[in-house]
Order: sequence, then structure tokens, then C-alpha cells
Amino acid sequence: MITTNEILETIEMISQQHLDIRTITMGVSLRDCGHPDVKVCCDKIYDKITRRAEKLVKTGEDIEREFGIPIVNKRVSVTPIAIACEACETEDYVPFARTLDRAAKTVGVNFIGGFSALVQKGFTQGDRKLIRAIPEALTVTERVCSSVNVGSTRAGINMDAVALMGKTVQRTAALSQGLGCAKLVVFCNAVEDNPFMAGAFHGVGEPECVINVGVSGPGVVHSALKECAGQPLDVAAEVIKKTAFRVTRMGELVAQEASSRLGVPFGIVDLSLAPTPAVGDSVADILEELGLESVGAPGTTAALAMLNDAVKKGGVMASSNVGGLSGAFIPVSEDAGMIRAASAGRLTIEKLEAMTCVCSVGLDMIALPGDTTAETISAIIADEAAIGMINQKTTAVRVIPVPGKTVGDVVDFGGLLGRAPVMAVNPASPAVFIRRGGRIPAPVNSLKN
Amino acid sequence: MKAIVTVIGRDAIGIIANVCTLLAQNGVNVLDISQTVMREYFTMIMLVDITGCMVNFSTLADILRKDGQEHGLDIRIQREDIFEAMHRI
Repeated sequence: MITTNEILETIEMISQQHLDIRTITMGVSLRDCGHPDVKVCCDKIYDKITRRAEKLVKTGEDIEREFGIPIVNKRVSVTPIAIACEACETEDYVPFARTLDRAAKTVGVNFIGGFSALVQKGFTQGDRKLIRAIPEALTVTERVCSSVNVGSTRAGINMDAVALMGKTVQRTAALSQGLGCAKLVVFCNAVEDNPFMAGAFHGVGEPECVINVGVSGPGVVHSALKECAGQPLDVAAEVIKKTAFRVTRMGELVAQEASSRLGVPFGIVDLSLAPTPAVGDSVADILEELGLESVGAPGTTAALAMLNDAVKKGGVMASSNVGGLSGAFIPVSEDAGMIRAASAGRLTIEKLEAMTCVCSVGLDMIALPGDTTAETISAIIADEAAIGMINQKTTAVRVIPVPGKTVGDVVDFGGLLGRAPVMAVNPASPAVFIRRGGRIPAPVNSLKN
Repeated sequence: MKAIVTVIGRDAIGIIANVCTLLAQNGVNVLDISQTVMREYFTMIMLVDITGCMVNFSTLADILRKDGQEHGLDIRIQREDIFEAMHRI
């Protein structure tokens, strides 16, 4: 029998420390939905998503009630539309985004991911059409998320795509007053089973339909660390491991339960520490609990490296299948501690870039001045992609150049997307470098210095 | 199916009687009870069998939660599995 203390500990984690299942994401393959006619193609997509995900939200809510653990989001990811819809004889891909949006509303999920293209080595016709449609698609839809993979360790970096994505981010910001960019991720080494938005898509190696679960719990880790204040870091690492184990076990339980109730295979549990803007649900707070006056201080990268590794070590044993992004997220606008540090000038983009070398995923939810050039955005993407390519990890860029805003202004995106201070960007121009285009060749994988 | 009922709040006369009555009315069998009063806070944990429960889980959870609110108590019911998963390998 479970002891009283164990029961009370679990309840405290849920009620006081924001422990939750961040998302149950159903991956749905759309590979059988291609058709030359746009209307037919859209109908097939809509029918398939609404049929497969019909009971997703209801099942999630039932599990939530029975286990007493909040499941914050229920979401759907689909095969990258550039692949699924390539056979369609159309130049305009916006109708596909509208279809995804409509399907998301029908099944009641708050985001649907997969308005995506994988162009690490080059573009197909479908890829080009999709990327061209992104700004409008993210402006006219509410729930559609888009991602583009521009590089990988095996393929190198497609710098033509990097240049194009800088312009795409800028155009999306102009059309949507910035908000659309919160739904657009540019990846290197994108994973096929990520349950987290905005970067989720259902990879081509995935089954017909799958359930992936993302756990969270920065608040739980933070509380546990308070108990070992002042102790050596290996003690802290042990505490983080044990906490991550418990959090992930809960994710595993929910994932297995959702999978069996929906009759859909279980894919992976993603071990990410995902913050929210709520007080006490912050990754920055964990780093500060470890002894930094502020996140962004020298030592931040080391603290984050330890945190990220300990989370993985604890989580791996707790789940039969771990995957997705699995690491600590450091989105600025979605983390109260990051917002605080950025507003005080203690956290810069350059430091965030260094932090992305040791954690998932990348420069995330960072507001930039509205006059940031497309080339500068491209160069930021290129830097992140290079970190991912060389270190054989996923990196991503989700930046929001906010029209009319300048350094020091604060932008509110609402809800889970939070609010962000506009951060300064190095003014020196990378334009000539970006305009060269071409590819950065795949790196050598030995001689590791 | 087994579940854990937790009741946390200020101590008062009749808390156990009240919760047990509610459970009995809904066909829930109490298997084990442990309770303590830490400082002035009352904490009760019950292991219950809901196999014969006459209402569905969500409804039962609502009934307990609402009753708790009326009496200034936090009453939860959760499936036992979640505690097992978290604390046992």
C-alpha cells in the first residue's frame, strides 16, 4: 500500500507545484490524402483528422478526471503538408491550412501542427509552395502551426532555405502583427515524434496514427531542489533525476491509458521541462535555485547542462519509449523567470544561443525589434542550425519581429504564449553572407574538437 | 477498481462520518482509512473500491468536491494507479 506521505506528496506536486501533463498529441498520417483536386484533397484531410481524433479531447478529459492530473493540452500533428499535398494541382497551399484549422476546431484541439516542409537538402515544388503560403496561412488561421526543417547533421544546412525563412518570418510578422511567428518554427535536425507545439509534425517514418505525450514539471523540480539548498551539485543532480523519474512515470501512465482507450499505438513520452508563464512553473527559477543570481549570469550554461542531463537520466528509466525533443525548454515569453531576466537586461540573445548548445531546443519565443532585417533573422536561424548540425541535436528558432516595437517594449501574446520584452539584436549586418545562399556541407563526425 | 480519496482541511466534528455516508450512498466500499491531525489540519486518506459505484467516476469526483467545498475541505478522488506509478518501480 502506498504511504500517506507519498499520497500527500503527489497531491502537493499537482496542486501547489503545477505538475501536469503538458500535452497529449495524436499524430495522424495524411499520406493517403493526396489528390490532384484541391477540394477532394481538403475533404480527405478533414475527414481523416476528424475521424481519427474524434474522441481525443473527451478521452483526455476522462483521464484527467480519473487520475486527478491536469492534462493541459490535447493536440494533433499531421504529416508535413508539403509531402501530403504535393500531388495536388494547385499553386496555393493556404486552403490546406484552413482545412487543418477547421478540423482542429471540430475535434476541439487548441493547436494542430504539420503545416510543414523538410528542406534540409533542397526544395521540391510542394516545399516551395508551402513556404510561400506560410505568412498568409498563419494569419488567416488560428490553430495551425508551421515548421520548416532547414538543416541536419547528415545533410548540412540549406542556406537558400535559411535565406527564404528569414523573409518568411518577417512577412508573417508583418501580416499578423507578429502573432503568426509564435506558430512558426525553423528547425535543424527536426524530430518526427515531437508532441510539443509549434514544432510538432507527424514524420514519414511514423505509423498511421500514434499517441505521443509531453510531460512537464519545472515547478516540481524547483521545489525538490529547495530541499537540498547549498549541497554539492552532484546531490542536486540526484534530486533532479529522482523528480524527473516520478514526473515521467506519470506521463507514461497517461500515455498508456490514452493509447489503450483510443485504440491507437503509444509512441513516445517526451521528457521535456516545459515552463508556462505561471509563477512557480519556470525553468529559470530552477537555474536560480541552483545558485545563480539571475538566469543569464555566467554559469547559466553549466547549470542548464546539468539540469538537462539529469532530467534525461531520470526520465529514460521511467518510460518504455522516450523520444521527441526531451530536454529543458527555454522559451523567453513562456517563462516568468526568463521574462524577468530579459527585462532587467541580464539575459541576452547571445547567452540564450549558448544555452541552446546544451538543452533543447533553441531560440524560442523571443521578441525582436520590428525593424530587424530578414537577413539578420536568417543569420540567427543559420547560427542555431549550425549548433544543431555540429552537435547532432535538434535546434530551432521561433523569433517574433514585432512590427512597430523596439528594444525595451513588452509584447503580450496572450495565454500560454505569454509576454516578452523586445530584445536587442547585434546591429552588424550579415546580409552579404546570407545572400550567398547555397549549402553548408554536412560536417565531419570525427575529430571532435 | 481501486481509488484513493483524500480529505484535507480544518478539523471539525463529523468529517469521517460525512464522507463515509456520501461514499456509501454511491455504492463505494471503503477498504482502509488512515487519518491524522497535523497542526490544526485534518488529513484523511481512504483506499476505496469503486467497482460497485452507481455513478461514473467524474460524477463521483464532482459530488465529493462539491461536498468538500460546502464544508471547507479539499476532497479528491484519484485512481490508485497514479500513486503506484509515481512511487513504485
